[in-house]
Amino acid sequence: MRFPYDTSYRDGQALLRYTPGRIAYGLLLLALLAAPWVLPKYYVGELTYLLIMCVASLGLMVLVGYTGQVSLGHSAFIAIGAYAHAWFLSQGVPLFASMGLAACVAGLVGLIIGLPAIRVSGLYLAMVTLAFAILSEHIIGRWSSVTGGYNGFNVDNPMLLGWDLSKLQPFYYLCLTVLIVVMLGLVNLLRAKTGRAFLGVRDSEAAAYSLGIWVAGYKVLAFVISAMVTGLGGALLAHHVRFLTPEGFGLILSLELVLMVTIGGLGSLRGAILGAMLISLLPTFISRIKPLLPDQIAKQFGLETFVFGLVLALFVLFEPKGLNGRWIKFKTFLQTFPLYRKDMFKRGKTYMKSERYK
Amino acid sequence: MSVFSVRDVSLRFGGVLAIGDVSFDVEQGEVFAIIGPNGAGKTSMLNVITRVFDPTTGSVTFEGQDITRMARHQVVHHGIARTFQNIELFEGGTVLDNLLLGRHRFAHGSFAAQWLWTPAVRRAEAQSRAQVEEVITLLDLMPHRNSPVAGLPYGVRKVVELARALATQPRLLLLDEPASGLNPEETRDLAFWIDDIQKDLGITVIMVEHDMSLVSEAADRVLCMNMGEVLALGTPQAVQNDPAVVAAYLGA
Repeated sequence: MRFPYDTSYRDGQALLRYTPGRIAYGLLLLALLAAPWVLPKYYVGELTYLLIMCVASLGLMVLVGYTGQVSLGHSAFIAIGAYAHAWFLSQGVPLFASMGLAACVAGLVGLIIGLPAIRVSGLYLAMVTLAFAILSEHIIGRWSSVTGGYNGFNVDNPMLLGWDLSKLQPFYYLCLTVLIVVMLGLVNLLRAKTGRAFLGVRDSEAAAYSLGIWVAGYKVLAFVISAMVTGLGGALLAHHVRFLTPEGFGLILSLELVLMVTIGGLGSLRGAILGAMLISLLPTFISRIKPLLPDQIAKQFGLETFVFGLVLALFVLFEPKGLNGRWIKFKTFLQTFPLYRKDMFKRGKTYMKSERYK
Repeated sequence: MSVFSVRDVSLRFGGVLAIGDVSFDVEQGEVFAIIGPNGAGKTSMLNVITRVFDPTTGSVTFEGQDITRMARHQVVHHGIARTFQNIELFEGGTVLDNLLLGRHRFAHGSFAAQWLWTPAVRRAEAQSRAQVEEVITLLDLMPHRNSPVAGLPYGVRKVVELARALATQPRLLLLDEPASGLNPEETRDLAFWIDDIQKDLGITVIMVEHDMSLVSEAADRVLCMNMGEVLALGTPQAVQNDPAVVAAYLGA
């Protein structure tokens, strides 16, 4: 068992305070760097897709997990990021500038969509964003002079200083770099004043106001950051799919993103990554085990959707804290072995209303 | 000139009169209690002061500045902090997170600096942490520093809320029923803390309270309200013996 023993406030700020953690993350980074040289090509492609989904899922996590605003419209931000990036590239904008601009365009749309969020919350906000996702899919389909409409839009290869990054391995490293940069940025932001303010807005607006947090401003800020990060994921996705069609960014993508953050565990960036891993690898996994299943099940229409739903239902019922909660429990089990108790994480009963003591 | 004054404030929700032309002044460094039966308009008064509600008429001034029409999140920047009747803690965070949120009104680096976690941000965070530690020491919260607030006992949660308000370094502290739900021992601790807050930190306190033992122990002056109007104003002793106050409570 380990007890935190900080000798300065700086110790408390450290991200990786202990050697085992440093070693674990170092090994993870090495594994990620080595992956494209070790894994078969097919899996490198899958892994790249996973990294892109991680970026998008991180974006949504900021919004849903940290400020408690549910969005069913994040497929639209992916689409806007992808189309904007493809369009800027076709106009001859260099790769990274184009990615930045695409993120800004998505962020600007996020600002516009975030403004109603000041007034509506919960289910109603989910409705607003759902409508936005449906609308934007249609707008992209009709606005053919820019987006190519339903005929699709061919994405130029990512070129960096005359070097083609569209090959499997360079593109994998591009995605990995973007993911790491986004991840570190969000980690910093969320442990600083802004992240705490998000927590405040999520947990008690009344108290947030009384502490000087401009609730409306932070709600919109969360939308903008979320849209920008998700848009950046979209820009990467454009290169992954190479040919953009409006149907590629349908509602099911939004739902997958929401599944990722919910199953991953709301309110934790690690959860966003774990959720993205589970949800984006699930289809591959299902197609792998299909041959092993009896014909009646394997040939069933909508098997994937069924499994998605089942996984979500099981998590909501048995592990509301998601994969991240599971991970923390597992870690505590190892750290406190053999003292771990089943009820260790059972939440104490909290009393919302005060009972006056006489 | 009083440091804080409420002038002819009334608050109306449609046909319901929550507060009717209430005026009072609070002196620098005073502990001022507001008492009254349920529905007297005590919490509404605090909500008017912290800008949750717009008063229908009247004005509120603090340190010579009119705060009647200020934006709700600006109030704390003028040195006014509050606690809530039904604890409003940030359930997803630890005690430390909650107290650091109390420091929100102070600079912690620009947005870009936070994104990059620059040395300036680190220094500001460490400084905030040092300030928060002082409040933790004052209110004996050391054992709970890293505990999630969701699992803490009721009495401790009340103290965390008080600590969070103190972390904003206020000059005027508004306490909404600080003793409700506390046992006699915790209430006594609270009386001592209010005394410390007033004497050592020099903070003016306005509290809404039902527990008369706390009021008579801690308060310098008491305002008794009923049906949105002032019944009596004076020392705890005088107000408790006022016939109008007795009538209001006993329904005579």
